Amino acid sequence: MTAAARKSLKSNAIAYSFILPNLLGFAAFTLLPMFFALGLSFMAWDGANPIKFVGLRNFGEMFRDDTFWISTFNTLYYVVGTVPTTMICSLLLAVLLNRGLPGRNVFRAVYFFPYVASLVAVAVVWNMMFHPSMGPVNNVLRSLGVESPPAWSASTKWAMPTIIGASVWRNAGYYMVIYLAALQGIPRELYEAARMDGASAFQIFRKITIPLLTPATFFVSIMLTIQGFKVFDLVYVMTGGGPGRATNVLVFTIWDRAFIYSQFGFSSAVAMVLLAIVLCITFAQFRMEKKWVSYL
Amino acid sequence: MKRLVDPSQARRNALASALVYAALLALAAAMLVPFAWMASASLQMDKDVFRFPFRWIPKNPRWKNYELIWQRVPFMTFILNTFKLTIVITALQIITSSLAAYAFARLRFKGRDFIFLCYIGTIAIPWQVYMVPQFIMMRALGLNDSHLALILLQAFSAFGVFLLRQFFIGIPNELSDAARIDGLGEYRIWWKIVMPLSKPALATLTIFTFVAVWNDFLGPLIYLSSEKLKTIQLGLRMFIAQYSAEYSLIMAASIVSLVPVIAIFLALQRFFIEGIAASGIKG
Repeated sequence: MTAAARKSLKSNAIAYSFILPNLLGFAAFTLLPMFFALGLSFMAWDGANPIKFVGLRNFGEMFRDDTFWISTFNTLYYVVGTVPTTMICSLLLAVLLNRGLPGRNVFRAVYFFPYVASLVAVAVVWNMMFHPSMGPVNNVLRSLGVESPPAWSASTKWAMPTIIGASVWRNAGYYMVIYLAALQGIPRELYEAARMDGASAFQIFRKITIPLLTPATFFVSIMLTIQGFKVFDLVYVMTGGGPGRATNVLVFTIWDRAFIYSQFGFSSAVAMVLLAIVLCITFAQFRMEKKWVSYL
Repeated sequence: MKRLVDPSQARRNALASALVYAALLALAAAMLVPFAWMASASLQMDKDVFRFPFRWIPKNPRWKNYELIWQRVPFMTFILNTFKLTIVITALQIITSSLAAYAFARLRFKGRDFIFLCYIGTIAIPWQVYMVPQFIMMRALGLNDSHLALILLQAFSAFGVFLLRQFFIGIPNELSDAARIDGLGEYRIWWKIVMPLSKPALATLTIFTFVAVWNDFLGPLIYLSSEKLKTIQLGLRMFIAQYSAEYSLIMAASIVSLVPVIAIFLALQRFFIEGIAASGIKG
């Protein structure tokens, strides 16, 4: 062996020693299960009896299963309900804070707090405040003359809007921080020049702020959409997928079929649908990026 | 050039500031009212929790509620379990990710680009897609109902490697070249030069991992069944299911579950917010 070859072998060995701790864990506990997930969607297995290859049967069953369609619809409902609302609320918070008034750090911390607060605590307090018969929200509504206020998370019609409300309230502060950072990246001279030219505050917002925020908006919209398709925790603690199947979402179905019904094949087929949706959105959003994002 | 202050302009600015303040206060109230209600309800009798109009300051605060919950549920165990998981996972994540990121960013070796592609390719794949086969695997290894399973599945993320690699690439090569001439090995360069220069990226990764593990619900729900292993989220959920009609106790338990978060958040608030802001700018 030449000296050069020995040297390159040694430097390869050092490099591998750097990646190995992470790579081993990553390969064993992430990559491998990913391939299993694909394989499992073509199998019938209840966790106890021998595993059996069934081709596309799980997918056929899934497409004929109305719970699957209901949970797909509910997930879309949640995404459509949360993405624009959270974006608008977080942008509003950021714009208000960006005026640099005294005490802004306190306000910023307050708006951000629901995001770090324990999820279960947040969910339980929402449920109690929106309790259909005794909750303070409905008490106030009744005292204002609303005769039969909604039953919120206990009604099939209002359960999803209630969850969406809790989600917007919880996440707005997080995306506010991203918008705030982006707002601070906009050069002050642009605003001053526009003001010199006599632009109104609204014109400045529309023609300068909004276009220069598109990279942030792009980032926020991808994050929110993908988060939306993965929703589970809030649903599980607030409604448990109910009443009936009114808030049954895709991840809920994946979990339910695997861990309650032991239909691992079916569950994996639904997981493949979730994967396809998320990958399509990621791809589409990156394709669209060129069209509407303007970088300074 | 000195700008002349137009009195009507000044008045308009003052008015605008007053309006913005009013809006900020209203929004702050909207964010805090649920927590205030929670705190107040936790000090009342069950029958008064839903009383209307609500008494925000309880007449005879029932501090006993806070004694009762410790007797009913092993909250201290839940809190310690959550701290343990959070600290171990975050530490493993930082160490292994930064080592791997160093190799991907600053060393040449066979198969580098292919392996890195495998990492990036998986970032977009949600954990929920493969959590079931992952659980089956862990169970086959005898790791279900253990903290080790949760540690193993959360400590080696592609996201962490990617985030740190992007940052490491930006550190000038001259620094490590000079160190190599001085005879420093790669491990010393990683630890003495690259890591200290990467504090912002490391802080970002720490915060992300910390919040994710702390608030994780689905992971512990799938893996942890024995009570002594449960995390705060799961423990609180269990408590609510068991004592569903004892409203004030539920609220007291919720407040207890919030205290560690509030303490950590107040202490590290700046890092939280800067870390998230940095992730958004990099996009």
